[in-house]
Amino acid sequence: MEKENKTTGKVVGIVSNLVMVEVNGPIAQNEICYISLEKERLMAEVIKVVGKHAYVQVFESTRGLKPGSVAEFQGHLLEVTLGPGILSRNYDGLQNDLDKMEGIFLKRGEYTDPLNREKKWEFKPIVKVGDEVQAGAWLGEVNENDQPHKVMVPFKMKGTFKIKEIVSEGEYTVDHKIAVVTDDDGNDTDLTMVQKWPVKVAIGSYKEKPRPFKLLETGVRCMDTLNPITEGGTGFIPGPFGTGKTVLQHAISKQAEADIVIIAACGERANEVVEIFTEFPELEDPRTGKKLIERTIIIANTSNMPVAAREASVYTAMTIGEYYRAMGLKVLLMADSTSRWAQALREMSNRLEELPGPDAFPMDLSAVISNFYSRAGFVYLNNGKTGSITFIGTVSPAGGNLKEPVTESTRKAARCFYGLSQARADSKRYPAIDPIDSYSKYLEYPEVQENLETNVGDSWLKEVTKAKDVLLRGKEAMEQINILGDDGVPISFHETFWKSELIDFVILQQDAFDKIDASTPMKRQQYMLSKVLDVVDSSFVFSHFEDVSSFFKEVINEFKQMNYSEFESDKFKQHEGALNELLKKQAN
Amino acid sequence: MESQAFQKVYTKLTNITKATVTLKADGVGYDEIASVNGKLAQVVKITGDDITLQIFEGTEGIPTNAEVSFLGKPPQLTVSDELAGRFFNAYGAPIDGGPEIQGEVRDIGSPSVNPVRRKQPSNLIATGIAGIDLNNTLVSGQKIPFFADPDQPYNQVMAMVALRAKADKIILGGMGLTNDDYLYFKNVFDNAGALDRIISFVNTTENPPVERLLVPDMALTAAEYFAVDKNESVLVLLTDMTLYADALSIVSNRMDQIPSKDSMPGSLYSDLAKIYEKAVQFPSGGSITIIAVTTLSGGDITHAIPDNTGYITEGQLFLRRDSDIGKVIVDPFRSLSRLKQLVIGKQTREDHPQVMNSAIRLYADAANARTKLENGFDLTDYDERTLKFAREYSDSILAIDVNVGTDTMLDITWDLFSKHFKKAEVAIRESLVEKYWKS
Ligand SMILES: Nc1ncnc2c1ncn2[C@@H]1O[C@H](COP(=O)(O)OP(=O)(O)O)[C@@H](O)[C@H]1O
Ligand SMILES: [Mg+2]
Repeated sequence: MEKENKTTGKVVGIVSNLVMVEVNGPIAQNEICYISLEKERLMAEVIKVVGKHAYVQVFESTRGLKPGSVAEFQGHLLEVTLGPGILSRNYDGLQNDLDKMEGIFLKRGEYTDPLNREKKWEFKPIVKVGDEVQAGAWLGEVNENDQPHKVMVPFKMKGTFKIKEIVSEGEYTVDHKIAVVTDDDGNDTDLTMVQKWPVKVAIGSYKEKPRPFKLLETGVRCMDTLNPITEGGTGFIPGPFGTGKTVLQHAISKQAEADIVIIAACGERANEVVEIFTEFPELEDPRTGKKLIERTIIIANTSNMPVAAREASVYTAMTIGEYYRAMGLKVLLMADSTSRWAQALREMSNRLEELPGPDAFPMDLSAVISNFYSRAGFVYLNNGKTGSITFIGTVSPAGGNLKEPVTESTRKAARCFYGLSQARADSKRYPAIDPIDSYSKYLEYPEVQENLETNVGDSWLKEVTKAKDVLLRGKEAMEQINILGDDGVPISFHETFWKSELIDFVILQQDAFDKIDASTPMKRQQYMLSKVLDVVDSSFVFSHFEDVSSFFKEVINEFKQMNYSEFESDKFKQHEGALNELLKKQAN
Repeated sequence: MESQAFQKVYTKLTNITKATVTLKADGVGYDEIASVNGKLAQVVKITGDDITLQIFEGTEGIPTNAEVSFLGKPPQLTVSDELAGRFFNAYGAPIDGGPEIQGEVRDIGSPSVNPVRRKQPSNLIATGIAGIDLNNTLVSGQKIPFFADPDQPYNQVMAMVALRAKADKIILGGMGLTNDDYLYFKNVFDNAGALDRIISFVNTTENPPVERLLVPDMALTAAEYFAVDKNESVLVLLTDMTLYADALSIVSNRMDQIPSKDSMPGSLYSDLAKIYEKAVQFPSGGSITIIAVTTLSGGDITHAIPDNTGYITEGQLFLRRDSDIGKVIVDPFRSLSRLKQLVIGKQTREDHPQVMNSAIRLYADAANARTKLENGFDLTDYDERTLKFAREYSDSILAIDVNVGTDTMLDITWDLFSKHFKKAEVAIRESLVEKYWKS
């Protein structure tokens, strides 16, 4: 890839971070270049070429840049560096290690190494001399925070190779030569634990990408119970500001049953990333007992960091996800917010004076979003093992209007829709996921249905459908009550409404800040849903509509106390007992 | 910084629009400032040797042979302890008749803090206003605007909050401030004996609108000096950010950029985020807290300015007149402090989170009851009770003239609970009810 003679050029125009460079040789679309500004070198990416002129987006502030400054083209696209030691790191959108940067303020032109080159890793070979391998094949394994980090044949290598040399078990740095492979023509290539990959290209080293079929437990009831996401599935969370997108994503990233969690903080608040830096080293992953930070990678390109790097950040995150998926791991990738990425595209497209699409977004927005979501998925690797990337993005619709281009484009690409409703957030019904508009397309997949029936229970799907019906009927009853008045409808309307409120308060609403309520394992979700549905199925006698609400408020109160208690603890059982008493008293 | 020994003077403008001029020049850096017939300007576009300058005062009366010289530096502010107690214009020049500031010259609009060098905010800011302290607790290092209609007393409330906040420095960034409001701030701070810890950068309605664009960066450069160099807690007041955004749109429209929603520039989100994200808590103790004002037109929060602001800031405080009690209240529904969970129930009493939530839920029930009433339906006994509760809650908690400590706020709320509701209706964790219920 590296060119013998690097193409160079000189700056001839500057508008904010869009810079026009007159070049003296061949360049490629999306090629990286460095522009010299006194002692600093500013990284930039080619985004358009017109004749001798390359339009580059600079990943930094261009303050003080002058025409005539020299640009040097690098002969490669924007790449990430892949190898052991990525877990628990805090990167910016270009994979610079933020902890390695000096000083309080980010310095322009400071690029830091994503990996630790000194650290020695305990390497165990998997292949032996003479084995035939291809890109993505596992050469050996190191222990990275207790994850089996596979060292692979670089994804860029095309064709089949024979292992000529492989080091024996021992401690090596990432740059140590660990293998030599020979191609069909007898050429040798030395391999280390490090490889590079261009972020905008999907890593394709797998055999097959079937439809996702396994539930990915998140501990969030209104997802797992009502609209589950799958391992390798895609989902999005649109919602006006303050409705709980970030809190929901953080909850999922703490609780979900994943091996690796990648959080792309894309153009949102720095303090929200600080929250992760601060809390994840303290919080335990209940499944492994290890600290959450050990399985987490943070890509922080917050709203005040350069806009072009914001656009890159989601790709950086996805590529790192694909790398870990190729090791046969379950990756969960979260991006907050994909709208900021779309806005970065818009800012650039406007500066390029491209013909704008709806709301001045670029015309190909929809294609760009679909293409990105399509990189998620469940895969069978060439060695028969499986891996997955589950992707959940938030969307921040302008003015809270879901008919805007980013939401509409994402709806076409993502299979789960978790719409947050302003009304629910206003009345503090968190998580504010609208139970009626939201959906999971995976529930329609026969393979997912089968998986749920086997793993959760035979009647599970029926119960879920029933809960949804009750919610819908409750909404209709409420509308009638609002039109006709409390005593203008039969008492049964009140009962229908309050049964839906019961599901709402007990199953849907979940306090993300309560230690116990925050995360509900599937077994407990199943128990609570059938308990709630028992109440829904019971018939009660009420003489007045006011009795309905006061009865259900008491029922809800006991249920909530159960939600706040350790599952099956004495306290839990005590409230369950009180609840049963209540129900008996009111029973027909 | 470049040597300013020789300054080439250009005298041939090739293009003049309402906000910009273009001329041919070489050796010019992006973002650098220039003087055009004595008016301050900044480089906003370079194409070949065509340099486009934005003139902060506007281009009225600028001739094609205006004298243009480039200053080889971006806009700057001189910082030192001498800033305290002083008043400046948008360019950072004194307007109080006092001497020039001696100190270190710094570029404004400096880079962002590395996120890993921040500390999670954790110091509660007590204001005494229950609508804030109880329901929307503020934390130092937070950024939060008042969303208010132009006729609401937002500047008064902001001044009150500022004075009670116990900050080491208060920096006022006034944009499009009326002269009366400017004098109001000056007076209030003076009467409180706080002038020596106040620094003001003011663009009034009498000054050209585009100048406003410099005010937040000036204020925040001063803030960073005190927060980083002096480890002080700094409170920055920015009013009115809507007028700031309007100035952004004036410039971008005049530069023929494609406007996005509400004729705002497509970069509005990033432009505002660069300002608000300067709010920070440092591990060394210094902090910058930003309290801003975003005026609404007709209460519309879906307009691009409040909408983008809401996506950036850590909550928002809504002021609303409650006609039932005839007072301005902090609206508990649309107001939100996103950082409150870092302190409530931790630095405040354990029952704080649940009391807050239950009270707001009951207040929402009252709003439903009111709708019923308006639609001509009979009210239930519960409805009646929520309405009574809401009225008292509004008067003794939400009204902006309340000034008590948080424990008292909680006690008042428990009183109201016990007075109007049954325990199950309040639905608070049993152990708390046992401890705090007033029987
Ligand atoms: N599940 C939840 N439980 C309790 N409070 C919540 C929950 N979700 C959101 N909130 C409240 O809403 C606020 C805003 O949530 P956030 O996720 O930051 O919104 P968004 O990202 O949509 O702007 C939070 O600070 C918190 O007070
Ligand atoms: Mg958010």
